[in-house]
Amino acid sequence: MANIDLKVNGKSHTVDVDSDCPVLYVLRDNLELNNPRFGCGLAQCGACTVILDGDAVRSCVLPVSSVAGKEVTTLDGLGGGEKLHPVQQAFIDEQVFQCGYCLNGWVMSAKALLDKNPHPTDVDMEKAFRGLICRCGSHVGIYRAVRRAAGMKESV
Amino acid sequence: MASVEKILSRRTFLRNTGGLVIGFGLADVSVLPRMIAQAVTPSGKVVTGNPVPDALTSWLHIEPSGIIRIFTGKTEIGMGVETALMQIVGEELDVALDQVVFVMGDTSKTPDQGGVGGSSSLAMGADPLRNAAAAARSLLLDMASQRLGVPVDQLEVSGGVVHVKGAPSQHVSYGELTKDVPLQGSLVVTGAGSAMSIKGRGKPKAVSSYKLVGQPVPRIDLPLKIAGKWEYVVDVRVPGMLHGRVIRPASVGANLLSIDDAPARSIRGYVKTVVINNFVGVVAENEWAAIKAMRAIKVNWSEPQQLFPEQAKIYDYMRQATPKASMEFLKVGNFEAGMQSATKKVEATYEFPFQSHGTMGPGCAVADVQPDGVTTVWCGTQKPHAMQIGIADLLKVARDKVRVIWTEDSGSYGRAGFEDAAGDAILLSRAVGKPVRVQWMRADMTRWGSKGPAVMVDMTAGLDQQGKVTAFRFTSRAFSGVETNFLPVMAGNFLGSQLAGIPNTNVRDEYAAWGHETAAYPFPNVIANGHVVAALYPNASPLRTTHLRDPEGPAATYATESFIDEMAAAAGMDPIAFRLSNLEDARTKAVIRAAAEKFGWDPRTSPKKKVANPEVVKGRGIAIGDRGGTRVATIVEVEVARKTGAVRVSRIVCAHDCGLIVNPSSLKGTIEANLIQSTSRSLMEEVMFDRNNVTSVDWLSYPVLRAANLPDKVEVVLLNHPEFPSTGAGEPSSRPMVAAICNAIFDATGARVRQGPFTPVRVKAAMASS
Ligand code: FES
Ligand code: FES
Repeated sequence: MANIDLKVNGKSHTVDVDSDCPVLYVLRDNLELNNPRFGCGLAQCGACTVILDGDAVRSCVLPVSSVAGKEVTTLDGLGGGEKLHPVQQAFIDEQVFQCGYCLNGWVMSAKALLDKNPHPTDVDMEKAFRGLICRCGSHVGIYRAVRRAAGMKESV
Repeated sequence: MASVEKILSRRTFLRNTGGLVIGFGLADVSVLPRMIAQAVTPSGKVVTGNPVPDALTSWLHIEPSGIIRIFTGKTEIGMGVETALMQIVGEELDVALDQVVFVMGDTSKTPDQGGVGGSSSLAMGADPLRNAAAAARSLLLDMASQRLGVPVDQLEVSGGVVHVKGAPSQHVSYGELTKDVPLQGSLVVTGAGSAMSIKGRGKPKAVSSYKLVGQPVPRIDLPLKIAGKWEYVVDVRVPGMLHGRVIRPASVGANLLSIDDAPARSIRGYVKTVVINNFVGVVAENEWAAIKAMRAIKVNWSEPQQLFPEQAKIYDYMRQATPKASMEFLKVGNFEAGMQSATKKVEATYEFPFQSHGTMGPGCAVADVQPDGVTTVWCGTQKPHAMQIGIADLLKVARDKVRVIWTEDSGSYGRAGFEDAAGDAILLSRAVGKPVRVQWMRADMTRWGSKGPAVMVDMTAGLDQQGKVTAFRFTSRAFSGVETNFLPVMAGNFLGSQLAGIPNTNVRDEYAAWGHETAAYPFPNVIANGHVVAALYPNASPLRTTHLRDPEGPAATYATESFIDEMAAAAGMDPIAFRLSNLEDARTKAVIRAAAEKFGWDPRTSPKKKVANPEVVKGRGIAIGDRGGTRVATIVEVEVARKTGAVRVSRIVCAHDCGLIVNPSSLKGTIEANLIQSTSRSLMEEVMFDRNNVTSVDWLSYPVLRAANLPDKVEVVLLNHPEFPSTGAGEPSSRPMVAAICNAIFDATGARVRQGPFTPVRVKAAMASS
């Protein structure tokens, strides 16, 4: 048990949790932030993705102690809370997703990818999305949205 | 760029109009129309019972602001049906979509419409809403006529405002009309559940006058979901809520011998271990404590009561098992005589495995069982009203003490198991006297969720010199699609109940039927029959079977449509020409032609002539499906690596006719996703098991399609037929995919893969033996 300082979406929090507790449960249960969701708890699906210091990571296997002092961003914090991030807008414009339960992983991973690589090829996307699942099969729309966000018309 | 505020604004103002307590932790929930009705009321004040379908007020309520609240027993499972139903209602009432708010699947607030399933939400479920809206419009016009002193035929409506034709300044809004006199009317109800139909005064509009139905309206839910402002059932938080996890037996039918929960008791936040026969669960104050306790508890289980057959021999087992039930689907002419007149005989058996729903969220529900039996359950079930009855049976209370509040979960694609998670939550909440949220771990869904049944089909056909079919025989064997009934109306329906000792008496026989799960080619001299194979273990089996998207359809159609291709090859005909010459249905022929045209199909026989000996060979294949009147033709192009047997689907073209299209953009999205999901089912999905248990437990042991396996191109051709009623679109495009891929592999390699899924091992073996 420990008091751990967290910075999430620009706000500081101190939580009293086990230091081995995965970040996912701290965000959901202590901070009531919903978008990182439980899908597998095994780093196999991406439903729990958050952005940590610029990287899309799986919060379900990340002990809370390892993020102390780092900057955590969740989906609803992407646009700073007030606005939509352009990547979110691209997904809305393309009308992507069926149930949307997976979308946290895809939108966050797309955002992290585009920050580092504004014009990703299909191979770049495949690499960035390797760890993600969409059970409904919304992939075609997802790729369209990422290309739209990157200002690309065609797959390259 | 739209701000979050702007997206949410029209919903936000609805926050204060519902007049209900908002019970969730987050203020954001109030922007969700469906959640407004999903309020937590203090115990004892839960409004239960079910709204009666013969009162207009059960379906529709107009608020002074002009907002029209629609109450429907249908639910959204991710395919955009809410938006489509809003268009249908908006059309009848002549209101804009942002004036309509839906309340879905709350048993206290919505009439029982049988839930969703069978691609029937628009085909059948729209009827009561359309007629209720038409009845309301007619009543409102009468009221307006009195108020404005003008006969009804001189009135018109737009945006929910009635005005005098040619004199738009004389107007009155729906909200003003009903401010003091609430809209009331009675309706005539026929049928029940998903087949319920209602009639009131006022006829629905003629299809030819539709302005809103048929438009590619953006889905109402997606902006909120993508903005991160949606709440799924996993996000429900009830005051005082505890967290539960379950511990399942080590093997099929294993009995609990002893349990040691001492190591869990020292975990901070631990509350209680709950044991009812073989049902084991643990409750804690937070999720992490519940997970740690679940892992710490040691259960000593007996050996399995019965062993599963060896997986490698499952189809031998199915063939040899004495059928639990048998049925003749069709008998036409004389099969034997037809075979005698044939010059060629074709014979084959096709086999398709158990598959998992493997929902993205593994299953979650919140239950609040009060000491007086008043119970509220939040669950993503497709069948909230049926589940209300099953939960009441489990708790031995009257139905009207139970309120099921449907709350969206991940896409369920049938009876995935969300109901079972709710059953677990009920047992745990009853044991601790507090609301409990149960979150299944991944294996609780992948290993323990009900499965899509394994299916095998034997077929024999005769062909004459012209390539015409002279006789056809079809014999299917399948585990029942309803070992777990999709309608959870009995206590024994839930997995937790079965573990607790309540037998599953809610079972039905469901076949893989010719003409129902397959296209009905009008062949002469047909015998088609089928058998149901008895459940491998009667209660709480991890291989119990149930509805998975288009139950038995992809498997049975894999058999028939691949076999049709075998017949075409035997007849020396192009697969499309062969189908067209053996089919009569004009709409089926039209989807075939539309797909062929889009694909650029060049007529020739399969397999493709080998020109060289490349490492990767390409081929194309077609298959068709007809589910509930929706016709689909799918053509795929595959690349097969000859050394490894690895198959990649590189292109998919799907032509789709579901009658009148309500929303082409959301329809296209659903079909595209279905094509990808069914590609996954065709290429890699197979539940693995050993003699003791299912061994598919996660996304590594039950792999599904990922970014690396995507086709280069997916094209959907929509054939709109406003002259025919809308039939369903949730399932039909899953149906032809397995066969289309099988046929394309044959075209590429000359090898016929008669057992799915098409893993490299199977494809390589088929190539070696061809
Ligand atoms: S929940 Fe973290 S990767 Fe699946
Ligand atoms: S949209 Fe349902 S899991 Fe991706």
